Amino acid sequence: MKAIRFTTLIALGAALSFVTAGCHPERLKKIPGQTMTAPEVPSMPPIQATMPVTPESTNMGMIELPEFPGHSNWVENAEALKGDTIHFAFDSSVVRSADKSKVAAVADYLKSNPQAAVRVEGNCDERGTEEYNRSLGERRALAGREELVRLGIDAGRVDTLSYGEDKPVDTGHNENAWKQNRRDDFIVLTPPGK
Amino acid sequence: MNSLLKRTLISSVLFGLSFYVVAQEAIDITKQAMKPGAEPPTWVSLSGFTGETESILRFDLYVQGFNFTNSDNAQYQIVGSNNGNLQGRVTDRYNKSTLLSKAYSGASLIQQAHLFVDEFVTAIGRKGIAQTKIAFKKDTGANSEIYVADFDGFGAQAVTADNTIVAAPTWVPGRLALYYTSYKLGNPDIFFHDLSTGQRRVFSRYSGLNTAAAVSSSGRVAMILSKGGSPDVYDCNADGSGLLRLTATREDESSPCWSADGEWICYATKVNGRRELQKVRATGGAPERVSTPGVLSPSEPDWSPDGKWIAFTSQMRDFEICVVPADGRGQVTELVAGEDPSWSANSRTLVFTRREGGRRVLSLLDVPTKQYKDVSRITGSNSQPSWAK
Repeated sequence: MKAIRFTTLIALGAALSFVTAGCHPERLKKIPGQTMTAPEVPSMPPIQATMPVTPESTNMGMIELPEFPGHSNWVENAEALKGDTIHFAFDSSVVRSADKSKVAAVADYLKSNPQAAVRVEGNCDERGTEEYNRSLGERRALAGREELVRLGIDAGRVDTLSYGEDKPVDTGHNENAWKQNRRDDFIVLTPPGK
Repeated sequence: MNSLLKRTLISSVLFGLSFYVVAQEAIDITKQAMKPGAEPPTWVSLSGFTGETESILRFDLYVQGFNFTNSDNAQYQIVGSNNGNLQGRVTDRYNKSTLLSKAYSGASLIQQAHLFVDEFVTAIGRKGIAQTKIAFKKDTGANSEIYVADFDGFGAQAVTADNTIVAAPTWVPGRLALYYTSYKLGNPDIFFHDLSTGQRRVFSRYSGLNTAAAVSSSGRVAMILSKGGSPDVYDCNADGSGLLRLTATREDESSPCWSADGEWICYATKVNGRRELQKVRATGGAPERVSTPGVLSPSEPDWSPDGKWIAFTSQMRDFEICVVPADGRGQVTELVAGEDPSWSANSRTLVFTRREGGRRVLSLLDVPTKQYKDVSRITGSNSQPSWAK
């Protein structure tokens, strides 16, 4: 069909070229062979040096800041509960029954250290796309938090943070590395100056 | 009937007919839907250019669906020179007409070459992209920072130096400004950064996750927040007012993107353990499934600026760049291995990430022809590209 139309077009000769030119008004302005001088090509707008984020600019947050961050200036201790890191199956945010005793140990720690809080840090392996993993990591952290709350810990003592796939413990690209990277770390937080 | 009258009549009929035929042809062209992965390249010949200028022209043309042949077989013959300034002429071999003939001055040869390609593609009815920028996440070891560069990798420069994880950059349409996620304040928070002044500020800092900002044509911001107890899709105005929670599931929603008209937000989620794409009205309402037949684990949707296509990443075993008609009435086309697709303004070229061993490489893909080329001027490991529109 198209070929037939094209042949027809050629057969129409002068009338056609007139009409075609009519469809492309910009062609009428140009005489074949004559070169137009283009206006000066403008430079791209420069990218300015990044200004520091000052406390003032932080407070300029366009969204009204909620009560968070409750524990942002607390002292971190990543060692105390290092042995209680829990791991997840591929693409899952369900705390495995084998890991529940570890979460119970975290709960026990919080019960015997009533001043302390904890940050559950959710992590993923490199499979899965980056923002998907950032959301999945948050679900994993929230799953740890929900388990702690079930064990009697006040939700206000448990922060969550997702690193997605950005903070692997093993940077390898194999199942062994991935297994280690799908995890919740528990970071103890203590009030500043205590 | 005398012969003159006869000729006149025939001419009139032919003339009228030619109008009809041309009109039909024009309608066909405008209605012609892009065929992802199934169109031949547009053949061009290139002569007279040298060195870097030639390689820029080749790059710009290749990633917009052109390919190169000799002048006898080319639909468009491109000749010119680049002694100091660029001069170029494009001849349409089919109707022997000069499509474009210009001499450029000012800025750099590089910019002149980009503008020449833009004027050429505009002359054949497409939208130019050769003067656009991309933003991306650059791995810096244990951390990452946000960089911006021309779309072909020239002039890459850091816009953050937060010494932490910075990710998920996205452009504000029509502005030299970005939103991105930075852990600088100890939490994944969304920052707004005006690149024309260097000023930036915290945009969203709720407890839990604040990430994956996406900006509509009217400036409204969609994002993922977990302040409600699970990662969900929210949107709000550019001044932070009018925050709406658009999903309320126990699943991990991710990667919201906007329809061109700003009416819908498409995102990835899970239903009964299976990942799928959904869309929801930006003003709230019941989410609807975006059908991606035959594809497992879709994520990272990006809606084309012409509103017709949704590009996304599927994950069967490895990642695959796919496109599907946004109206839900069509098949998924799997294009090439990769992830993180972001449309350019022409609604046919995507920037995406390819994994190469442990490294991630930015690459540009022309959807109709499946031609792709790495942005090799950008070294190191890079991901999460966003193409300015």
